[in-house]
Amino acid sequence: MTRKLNLRIWRGDSTDGGLKDVVVDVNEGEVVLDVIHRVQATQMGDLAVRWNCKAGKCGSCSMEINGKPRLACMTQVASFDEEETITVTPLRAFPIIKDLVTDVSFNYKKAMEIPAYEHPAELAPGEARMEQIDVERSQEFRKCIECFLCQNTCHVIRDHEENKKSFAGPRFFIRIAELDMHPLDRLKNRKRTAQEEHGLGMCNITKCCTEVCPEHIKITDNAIIPMKERVVDIKYDPARMFSGLLRREKRD
Amino acid sequence: MPQNLKKLQYDVVIVGAGGAGLRAAVEAREAGLRVAIICKSLFGKAHTVMAEGGAAASMGNANSNDNWMVHFRDTMRGGKFLNHYRMAELHAKESPDRIWELETWGALFDRTKEGKISQRNFGGHEYPRLAHVGDRTGLELIRTMQQKIVALQQKDGRETGDMEANLKVYAEFTVTDILKENGKVAGVYGYWRENGDEILFEAPAVVIATGGVGKAFKITSNSWEGTGDGHALALKAGANLKDMEFLQFHPTGMVWPPSVRGILVTESVRGEGGVLTNNLGERFMFKYIPDVFKDKYATTEEEADRWYTDQDNNRRPPELLPRDEVARAINSEVKAGRGTEHGGVFLDVSKRLSAEVIKKRLPSMWHQFYELAGVDITKEPMEVGPTCHYVMGGVDVEPDTAAAIGVPGLFAAGEVAGGMHGSNRLGGNSLSDLLVFGRRAGAAAAEYAKSHGANPVSEATLAKAAERIEAPFKNSGGENAYSLHAELQEVTHNLVGIIRTGAEIKEAIAKIADIRARSQKVSVAGNRQFNPGFHLAFDLDNMLLVAESTAKSAILREESRGGHTRDDFPGMDNKWRQVNNISHFDGSEVTVTPRALPAIPKELFDLFDIHELEKYMTPEEIAKGGSN
Repeated sequence: MTRKLNLRIWRGDSTDGGLKDVVVDVNEGEVVLDVIHRVQATQMGDLAVRWNCKAGKCGSCSMEINGKPRLACMTQVASFDEEETITVTPLRAFPIIKDLVTDVSFNYKKAMEIPAYEHPAELAPGEARMEQIDVERSQEFRKCIECFLCQNTCHVIRDHEENKKSFAGPRFFIRIAELDMHPLDRLKNRKRTAQEEHGLGMCNITKCCTEVCPEHIKITDNAIIPMKERVVDIKYDPARMFSGLLRREKRD
Repeated sequence: MPQNLKKLQYDVVIVGAGGAGLRAAVEAREAGLRVAIICKSLFGKAHTVMAEGGAAASMGNANSNDNWMVHFRDTMRGGKFLNHYRMAELHAKESPDRIWELETWGALFDRTKEGKISQRNFGGHEYPRLAHVGDRTGLELIRTMQQKIVALQQKDGRETGDMEANLKVYAEFTVTDILKENGKVAGVYGYWRENGDEILFEAPAVVIATGGVGKAFKITSNSWEGTGDGHALALKAGANLKDMEFLQFHPTGMVWPPSVRGILVTESVRGEGGVLTNNLGERFMFKYIPDVFKDKYATTEEEADRWYTDQDNNRRPPELLPRDEVARAINSEVKAGRGTEHGGVFLDVSKRLSAEVIKKRLPSMWHQFYELAGVDITKEPMEVGPTCHYVMGGVDVEPDTAAAIGVPGLFAAGEVAGGMHGSNRLGGNSLSDLLVFGRRAGAAAAEYAKSHGANPVSEATLAKAAERIEAPFKNSGGENAYSLHAELQEVTHNLVGIIRTGAEIKEAIAKIADIRARSQKVSVAGNRQFNPGFHLAFDLDNMLLVAESTAKSAILREESRGGHTRDDFPGMDNKWRQVNNISHFDGSEVTVTPRALPAIPKELFDLFDIHELEKYMTPEEIAKGGSN
């Protein structure tokens, strides 16, 4: 069953732009990305939109749909009222390139700042033994598809460009947590550097990131809060503070 | 040519940042060279993330009887013996090391009770063999290698002060040409998708790792990136493609709603116990066990069901036949009117596993059906049907080095390379393929770059490459790339799809030529800035070459084998097992010529039961008993 949909699309580039209204056909079962593609193929051949897998697995088609950060490929048109106009705009936390496409290079820069995994030197390939229950904690965070919706929604940077320099964002807090909970990783002080170098302390656990995560990763509860608690334990533990005077803390 | 054209120099340029490209990049960088990685989309989004089931490697963690020889046999059987034996051998031997290596880079696979890497069952594999992470194994591979690249960059940063000094990712960049000077590779040319600015990468060695061609077909599991870029780039650079008639139609793609048609439903659903039924409730796969597999598969539902708990004393359920067999069976059921309302069949895992186990072992499948189709797979069956998934054909390469035959300095690995999978790929063999041959391509490209040094690009070559990019904007009143693409997809789907006939293939060849002629005049609206219509103009050109190559190979092969089914030649013909179809491009059209397959050496020949080989080989071949 085909019907008409009122779609409002932000069009423009870094210098100028605005919302454009279009009317487009929509069929049963279609998602927002389908109708954007139809607009592209029939009305606006140069409409820019990022997408890849169209199955919620690659995290490319992140945008704001009626003001909410979402994946366009996983947002059913039928989830809106028939009369409702659907408005699609680019992610707000990142600079606009064109139309619905933003410059997300901030995230790749931050990824390069997180110290890599360190494998135990004495463990040859194939020798690792880990319990399923121990790998599962990190596996939850490795489900991340890097859609950067959490980064986009996080109010620490959403409207505060000045914080970007010192704040890695929820995506990279779960990366640090994943490495910190990795049964084999040998690098020390991950939680401490999360606090001191990557801005963990700036997060005030409003859970906005968790709410928008399409993979339903419990970013705040399972990664950020446990790290914050441990950082508090480490930094304000009197016994550690005393012994810390004698020798640098080894492994937190 | 653009003024102030940006020119960059590297030792090795990798085109494609999926699993094979990233594995090649790691190897080339670790060999001490300066490496550029070019990807069409953002870093970490490549189609490898869509691989769900796992990576096949005979580590023997789940069944200690497994070893490389068993894996080699399964791979050759799956490919109906059209595989290049040497590639299948290297792949089977090296896969375990490649998986274990990922663990040293931080990958976290699911575990066995003993704490080893867990391995799951898959179609065509005799033992549980697929290392996996739930049903998101491809994502784990991509992320692990992406993070390994970052680790190498951090090391370079510590040593040079610049993390990107020796290894840099160029994201959202389209490569339009592989450049040659004096008959050898000299670099690649292309443009940023963001702003259309052109760049020349000068490098003596180029690795193509661009993946597949699915977007040339109407119903596909492939993302927009699968437009056969590497296949076409290699053809135009003078390399050959082989076996392009072999396309794998994955038996289980989603069929409803239309917007998700083609999206993959992982084979793990069947590996974990999912059964296929038609609209009569009949478990139809028992009717479709081919002679060559008769003694390896259960013939009753009772035996098939027992296999899930006792694999040593029962044969496998026929749902786990190789993909080509299952896809054809589903196609036949639907054609016979026994399909579902939306033209598929039912796949049900809810009767064998509890809701909890399904959500744990197949989390993204649960998610995908719940959110996109409104189906709860823990309670009801899925509707599935064949979807164009993988191209077995690809660049004709030297097995050991992944070097493209005929073009010095060019290498190809992963789906874009041909030979490894013969006429049909087994599930799980692609992730291990891209690790094994990605590494080999990276190593051989590094070796080549070291021994050959720079090969500067001439102004004349450059001018020609630049001219091509300008063309779509100069045409006015030409056709729209979107509609030509849709037209091509109709032709391939209807005329060179899952079931083919000579007359239809001939029609396809004519129609593809017609679309190709019209595509030369494609005109593009708007400017160069992130303009998908402009991008599609180049993708379309690539898909057309691939489709031509596929159709022209398909018309020659007068038999049915693996991913090539001819209604007019329904049987497998042992004479055709000895032949690869080689595609060559002369600048205006593709010509296809048969070439003899290399004979299997004696030590590999002897790994098989002679009675099994008799099903595939001619008496003369059997009499020779393998070459020495």
